[in-house]
Amino acid sequence: MVKTQRFQIMIIAGAFLVYPFFVSDYFIDIAFYFGIYALLGLSLNIVLGEVGLFDLGHAGFYAIGAYTTAILNTKFGIPIFVLLPVSALAAALFAYLVCSPVIHLQGDYLLIVTLGMGEIVRLALINNPFDLTGGPNGVFGIDFPTFGYGFDIDSSIEFYYLIWIIVALSIFGLIRLQKSRIGRAWNYIREDEIAASANGVDVKNYKLLAFILGAALAGVAGNIYASKLMCVSPESFTFWESCLMFCIVLIGGMGSIPGVIIGAAFISLFPEIFRPFAMYRMLVFGLAMILMMMYRPGGVWPRKRGAVEFRSLLGPAARREDV
Amino acid sequence: MHVIFEQLINGLTIGSFYALIALGYSMVYGVLKLINFAHGDFFTLGSYLGYTVLVFGAALITNHFGLWGGLVLAMTVAATSLAAVGLIVERLAYRPVYPAGRLPAVVSALGASIVLQNAIMVIWGPRFQAYPSNLIPNIHIQIGDIHITILQILILVLSFVLMGTLYFIVQKTTFGAAIRATALDRDTASLMGININKVIFFVFTLGPALGAMTGIMVGMYYRQISFTMGWNYGLKAFTASVLGGIGNIPGAMLGGLILGVLEMLGAAYISAAWKDVFVFLILILVLIFRPRGILGEKLAEKV
Repeated sequence: MVKTQRFQIMIIAGAFLVYPFFVSDYFIDIAFYFGIYALLGLSLNIVLGEVGLFDLGHAGFYAIGAYTTAILNTKFGIPIFVLLPVSALAAALFAYLVCSPVIHLQGDYLLIVTLGMGEIVRLALINNPFDLTGGPNGVFGIDFPTFGYGFDIDSSIEFYYLIWIIVALSIFGLIRLQKSRIGRAWNYIREDEIAASANGVDVKNYKLLAFILGAALAGVAGNIYASKLMCVSPESFTFWESCLMFCIVLIGGMGSIPGVIIGAAFISLFPEIFRPFAMYRMLVFGLAMILMMMYRPGGVWPRKRGAVEFRSLLGPAARREDV
Repeated sequence: MHVIFEQLINGLTIGSFYALIALGYSMVYGVLKLINFAHGDFFTLGSYLGYTVLVFGAALITNHFGLWGGLVLAMTVAATSLAAVGLIVERLAYRPVYPAGRLPAVVSALGASIVLQNAIMVIWGPRFQAYPSNLIPNIHIQIGDIHITILQILILVLSFVLMGTLYFIVQKTTFGAAIRATALDRDTASLMGININKVIFFVFTLGPALGAMTGIMVGMYYRQISFTMGWNYGLKAFTASVLGGIGNIPGAMLGGLILGVLEMLGAAYISAAWKDVFVFLILILVLIFRPRGILGEKLAEKV
């Protein structure tokens, strides 16, 4: 059982490794954006999937990450890789400050507050406070990531590997997180908040932690996005972008990491595959979303729970049986 | 001093747009606990249908109906077609998804919104369309220092009549009691012999119809419509309905009017560029201190 699973993972990883050698730059770029959406989906999945908090303003965190990178890089010339953790921290700090006072809100009220927060970020970027964000045009001339010694990441293929290495690392970390005490507390809150708090789970702080981690990951995505495009503008961080992330998580299956990757594939690849349909392609896209929710309301790859996790608690003896 | 009154009138005008659209969100939310993201696009579609009637039926209208008759015709055509579209969307996109819970319905609603928006783009083209400009004579009426246009008076009267009618239906009639009961607790309401399907039929015809009429009013007021405008108005109207207390019908009206007035006062006294930021900040502040909106009642938490 575990062996076949490991084999499948190796096949998929191998396919991702060799993919860029067989296609043109255009398709490598599409796969890069697939990676960005996968990272954004994973980041929203922490908030929406694991804890069940409705967040329709996630593009705000993404924007904070991208603009932190853009401004610090163009004004002070700080290298992109140094800004990667800085962007994550900036987005996380922003999430902490904004979400602390509203974390007690329930369901749809939290949804509208996060939505408003995302809109405030976008409108603030357009209005160019302190002459930092460049208004509707955004910030231009962001560097490519560089490691020094003349090794720059500047071609499509290098960006492709960069984003997918980060996605792979995030998946690894998130799977560990799912099985940890934090992950279980999150799921408890999602299933029954009152029971969780009655059993001593610190509901408020665990919710905040989910927002902070989700925002940090979105900030990382923003950092890479900014250096790939070399410019950022408020257009890229609209309410629509938040909606797409929401759809990625729900199409894939709440709290399911493989599901999120499939959801991201759907959102980013579908419009490309249906490009021949020209102006009808978004029509088809909308219809596909409706049909998917009709036939697979729990998502394409819903999260499995149960036996495996339980057995791993019993110790190595019990685990050996299913090898 | 007269600036504040003029801004109040302007605010009430766009506030009544928000209120009428917010009613559609709030009614559907009350009955189905569904955020109907397609509602903003019902509004856009209504606006485009009204545009088509007014532009392509112009000769017919001037020959047979006259100006006011023509407007009534455009409103009727748009409202009835949108009532039908609302029902179709409910049947095809929402009804099959209800049993699966609330979140799949959100994705389905977003899908319906994409479909409607792109259908509008395919039919009418991606460019802005201009409403006929000479529909209502551009006459200013002066009361003291305050200028009001005939169009504004027309819009205000019409929206208050529509809101008043809806308020009467929902608060004073037996069927209105059924709607409120369904909003409070759907299962219990159906056990008390209320026909839930009838209530759903009502909210999915009346909501889009109101949206369509608002679409025509917005077209006449701003003279310019685009296929993406449903998102902006939808977002504001949804905000308004939450501000008033979502699911609460007088709340949606009040929320819309407050939002419109705040927006205009913010534009006049703070900064036009930051007015939307101001609106969303007020919303967040209201929700921090009154988590169920202005008129929303605090519900007991179910354990």
